[in-house]
Formats: sequence, C-alpha cells, structure tokens
Amino acid sequence: MSEFRVCPDSGFYFNKSAESLMKVNAVTGIVALLVAGILAIGVVLTRWQEVHILAADKFYMVLTAHGINALIFWIIFFEMAVLHFASSTLLRCRIATPRWAWLGYFLMLIGAIMNNVAVFSGKSSVMMTSYVPMQAEPHFYLGLILFAVGALIQVFVFFGTLVVAQQEKSYEGSVPLVTFGAITAAIIAVFTIASGAIILIPTFLWSIGYVSHIDAEMYRVIWWGMGHSSQQINVAAHVAIWYLIAGVLFGARPMSEKVSRFAFLLYILFLQLASAHHILVDPGISSEWKIFNTSYAMYLAVLASMIHGLTVPGSIEVAQRSKGYTKGLFEWLRKAPWGNPVFSAMFISLVTFGFIGGITGVVMGTEQINLIIHNTIYVPAHFHATVVTGTTLTFMAVTYLLIPVLFRRQMFLPWVAKMQPYVFGGGMTILILFMLGAGTLGVARRHWDMDFAGAAMAFEYPAIAYTMMAVGAIGGLLAIVGGAMYLVVAVGSLLFGKKLEPSAGLLESFAGKPLAASVYNISRPEMLAMAPPLKEDAHAKGGFEAPGTFGLAMLLLVTFVVYYFINWKYLASVWPLG
Amino acid sequence: MTSFMPPADRHWWKVPVGRQELVWIAIALIWCIIMFLMMPLWHVYGKQNLSTEAYQTTPAKFGAKVEEMVNKYTVGKEAGLPIVAPPVGSDIYMLGRLWQWYPILKLKKNKEYRLHLSSMDWQHGFSLQPDNINLQIVPGYDMVIKITPDKSGTYSVICNEYCGIGHHTMVGKIYVEDK
Repeated sequence: MSEFRVCPDSGFYFNKSAESLMKVNAVTGIVALLVAGILAIGVVLTRWQEVHILAADKFYMVLTAHGINALIFWIIFFEMAVLHFASSTLLRCRIATPRWAWLGYFLMLIGAIMNNVAVFSGKSSVMMTSYVPMQAEPHFYLGLILFAVGALIQVFVFFGTLVVAQQEKSYEGSVPLVTFGAITAAIIAVFTIASGAIILIPTFLWSIGYVSHIDAEMYRVIWWGMGHSSQQINVAAHVAIWYLIAGVLFGARPMSEKVSRFAFLLYILFLQLASAHHILVDPGISSEWKIFNTSYAMYLAVLASMIHGLTVPGSIEVAQRSKGYTKGLFEWLRKAPWGNPVFSAMFISLVTFGFIGGITGVVMGTEQINLIIHNTIYVPAHFHATVVTGTTLTFMAVTYLLIPVLFRRQMFLPWVAKMQPYVFGGGMTILILFMLGAGTLGVARRHWDMDFAGAAMAFEYPAIAYTMMAVGAIGGLLAIVGGAMYLVVAVGSLLFGKKLEPSAGLLESFAGKPLAASVYNISRPEMLAMAPPLKEDAHAKGGFEAPGTFGLAMLLLVTFVVYYFINWKYLASVWPLG
Repeated sequence: MTSFMPPADRHWWKVPVGRQELVWIAIALIWCIIMFLMMPLWHVYGKQNLSTEAYQTTPAKFGAKVEEMVNKYTVGKEAGLPIVAPPVGSDIYMLGRLWQWYPILKLKKNKEYRLHLSSMDWQHGFSLQPDNINLQIVPGYDMVIKITPDKSGTYSVICNEYCGIGHHTMVGKIYVEDK
C-alpha cells in the first residue's frame, strides 16, 4: 500500500487520507471567507454614513453573518487543515481514524450551513455574540453546536495522529516547533469548545422552551470563555505558521527551541483568562478578578507574544546574515523576498499584529481604560488587526505555499498574488487605523446610523468622526479588493492552475516556473530526522545575533509605552467615577 | 529549516539561551509588571475606577424605584420624557429599554451622585458622549456607580450594545449645571 507521496520540491510527505482532509477543510474555509468578504461590502458601505446602502434590518443581518462566517467558519475550517498538516505531514505519518475526521468535517459543514440558513432567514440577527435575552431561532444555536462538535472531533483526530507518529516512530527526538505550536492551538481549542458547549447547549434548550431563564451576565462570562479563547487558537496557529514560513523560505532555525516553546506554553497557561476583557465594565465583577484575568495573571501571554515577536523575525535575520546579508542593521530585511507573497503576507501580518493588534489589545484590555473604549468601534478595529491582518493574512501566506506543495498546481496569475498582500494588508491597515480614531471619538460598534435618525433627542458626533469612518471605509473597500485577489488566485489555481510537471524548485514556482509531479509511490516515509547540529560559534557569540530585529523590538516597545500612557491621560480627563 | 524538524539537540531544554533573547525577555517582563501595577495604582491614585457595587433585581422592582424618583423630582419635560433633578448626593436612576434611556437627568457640577443603571429587557450599552464613558447594562442587575460630573453642559447617552432594529434611536440625556 503506497499511501504517501513526497513533494519533490519541498520534501514534505503527504498521506493520501490526510491530504484530502486538508484540501477539503481549507477549501471550505475559503468558501466561508468568500461569503464573509461579500458581506463585508454591505457592512463597509453602510457604516460609511454618506453611502449608507443597507436598511437597518438588512445591515444587522449582514453584520451577524459577516462576523460568524469570517471569525468562526473561515478560520476554524482552515485551522483544521493546519492541524492535519502539522501532524500528518510534518511528522510523516498516517492520519489517525480518517473516517472520524470526515465525520467531524461533515458535522462542521452541516452546522455552518444550518447557522447561515438561520441568519439569512432574517430572524436571527443577534450578532456573533448572541447575547441573551435577545433570542435567535433554535437552529442558529444548534448549527453552532454541531460545528463545535465537529471541530472537537477533528481536534481529537489530530491528537490521535500525534500518538500514531510517536508509536510508529515516524520521527526522532521531540516534535518540531511548528507541530508544538499546533498542539498549543489544539489544547486551547478543547478549552474553547468546552466553554461553548457549557453555554450554547442551555441557550439552545432555552430557545426551544426547555429552559426558562438564562442569566444574562452568566452568559457573557461563559460565552467569552469561548469567544475570546477561540481567538487564542488563531494566535497560536498563526504564530506556528510564521515559524513554518521562516523555516521554508529562509531555512531559518528557531533562535532557541526552549524560548519559543516556553512562549507557546505560556499561551496555554494564560491566554484563556482573557475572556475577562469583555466584562470589564459589567455589573458586579470584583476589581481583583478583573485585574488578574484581564492581564493574563501578569501579562504573561503578552510576554509570550512579545517573545515570538522577537524570535520569528530574529531567526530570519540570523539566517539572512549567514547568507551574507550583513550590511548595517537592515540589509537582511531589505534583501528579503518582498515579491514573494508567502513572505510579504507573513511579514505584513507579523508587523500589523504586533504593532496594532497587540498594542491596542493590551490598552483596551486594561481594567480602567476599557471604560473609554468598551463597545466603541475601536473594538472591531482591534480585532481586525489581530484576526484579519494577523490570522487571515497568515493563512493567505500559507495558502500560497500550499498551492504548489499540497495542491500540486502552478499558481494562477502570480502577478496578482504578488500584489495581493500589499493591497489587502494596506487596505486593512487604513480601515483599522481610522476605526481606532473613530472609536476614540465615541463612535459605537454594531450601529446602523451615526445620524441617529428617528431618535426623540438629537445627538451629533463631531464632523471628524464622519471623515474617519469614510476614510476607513475606503480602506475597507481596498481590503475587500485584496481579499478578492486572494480568492481569484486560490480558486483559480485549483481550477485552472497547470498541473505540475518537472521543474526547477519551490521558490521558482512563485515566479511561474512549473514544479515536478508528485505521485503516491511511498509506503512508509523515511524517518524524520533531527535537525542538523548547529555549527559551532554561529549562535554562541557574546553579542546580539539579530541586532536589526532587536532594534525593531525596541521600536515596538517605545510605541507601546507611549500609546499606553496616552490612553491613561485620556482616561484621566473624563468624569470621576467610583 | 528546523522549525519543522525535531530540535537538533535531543535535550533542547538544556541548551543555553542567547543573550539577546534574555535581554528582551527581561525588558518585556519588566514592562508587563509595570502595566500590571498600573491597574491597582490607579485604584489608589486615579479618579476613574468602576465600582463593583451591584444588586440582583427585576425589571419590575427597578422600574418602581425609577418611577419613585421621577414622581418626586420631575422639573420639566422634553421629547415626552421627564427631566428629573434629584438632590445632590442621592441615589439616582436611569433605565435602558427598547429604545430609550429614561428619564432625563439634571445634575450639578462637581457633586457626587449614586447612579443606578439597569435594563428592562435586553442588554444595552450606556455610552456617555462626548466624554466617552461606556458601561454594559445587563437585565437583572442593578449597577451602582458613583459619578461626579466635572464639566457642565449637555451630555448624550447613546446605546452601544446592539439591541435590535431601533438601536440607533436610543438616545438619552444628562444635563450638568454649574450650580
């Protein structure tokens, strides 16, 4: 039985069953992204007050569907593909119980369709958060529950595959760092899905009349155990992919296995405390609880991200310097392959996630500062920097890598792919920065009308808020174009991309040169060996091995400190409260 | 190359960490501790801290208290809503419901009040503009905060928690007078 093929260009082994599962999960995720992207047009053009195309009921329906399809269905389907890749492909082993994984996939698919049907019927416009006592139709909750159960099954198949790899000795030593990161994501996923089940199952029963009352505050506390922690799955997954891309493109070696793995471990231990971020201005929650939880004990998960923020680009810098790009602080970065969408998407993601997503997240998650930010449009601005330019853009980067390797297709319209990360990342950054500004001026999120038409008493935002929302919307449209470019390249490659024939090599394929074919002719892959030992003195020098990255890290820190204290200053200007 | 291969050293946890990473981890950790300490410090030295006083209630009970205040201290009417000027330092009430903030309050500058907030139906978002103070209003909970308006003028309360089709029409008012 020849169940494996080796990709002649990357050296990755693919198990036949695992490969189909990766493909189907990734493609379904991309379909959800397409839906979310189309809906984004409605959201952007309605919140641009001068355009304001949708009626209120349609707007709230579209916004609900946009949030769920983008934040849940796109990302989690794609993450399932990432998990199978990080286990079966990276560890060179068969996938455990592929039939169970298919069952999981179909449950997710049915759940996703069911939920979308509920939302598009117009009677479940309750936003992604579906705060009780506002009620959606029963199949809204049931769809989410089925989706979560399916995801949980696939996560357990991932764990099973790790066991298979270990027992069949498909690798020696410890699992690779990327797989370690994926394990982190999977562990957080189990916690997340458990929280979701604890609150969504009673809510479903309430919607069909078997439970009389769901406490609104309890719902918020537990729901966010799912709602926020699921974003931490994304962080762990996309950081793991950053390491993967640094390794594939640059041959980069983690600066320190110990440090990077320790940072992932901090995610498991502390990230899920962040559900507190959403209940900082809720009634009756003690300050001690808020301080401990909102800061992940003592910002230990922030520390983890700051560590990855140094070690990912740092490992690239070390690899580049060893290739001779040693001039000054930044030759390594200037001479990086900026025309390769795998790199440009990954690097833009790294920078925007750190500088915008990370900093705004910590600021608004500070107990008292949340008073001036909660539920303003600052909040979606923040999570577009983490989940869109962070996770989504990283998934786009890895898609460009997988088109030749996993799908064995030549990239369709490579020049579009080359520009795509800049258009998408640039547009999104404009959207985010101007939404942050508008949020600081008090513009509400999830709000149909900045003019408050029909209100008994008038209120007017300052004119500059309108300008900010308009400029942000233009950035949003640009990002939608960038998203469409991604879909054209990804779907086009699968449909029209040339099947790969003999070729020059992986990196050349991004320039349009075809790659070699890959057939299932291997029954058992070679054991995955440990990385070759480090050359003496390459890392052992007393000085800084990646000084450019250290400079960037210090820039991040200075920006962080300044912006953090500006917000305290702003807080000090509002009414005293106690 | 090695992020997707097992670590070169079987005992990778014994490999010493480079100086650059240690320095960065130390700096980052110090910053994390500073940020952590800022929150308790603000409780001591800052003036904007959310109280944790809250009571379970019901829409009927809370509504009755609001009406009691309205009946005692109404001084006028605007847009169909009573304008209420409660005594300085007293317990004052505002409720959120589909889709209004009720009633309109008239307060004195630099005086402290105990503001009670709750919802009659779904969740609402109390968003005081243009100061931009935002609170989550949850049905079943009577949230009590001490407020001291320190600028006079007309403030609007908008709703920033989605509460259905009329969400955007939910605008309330608080007047703050010099004396």
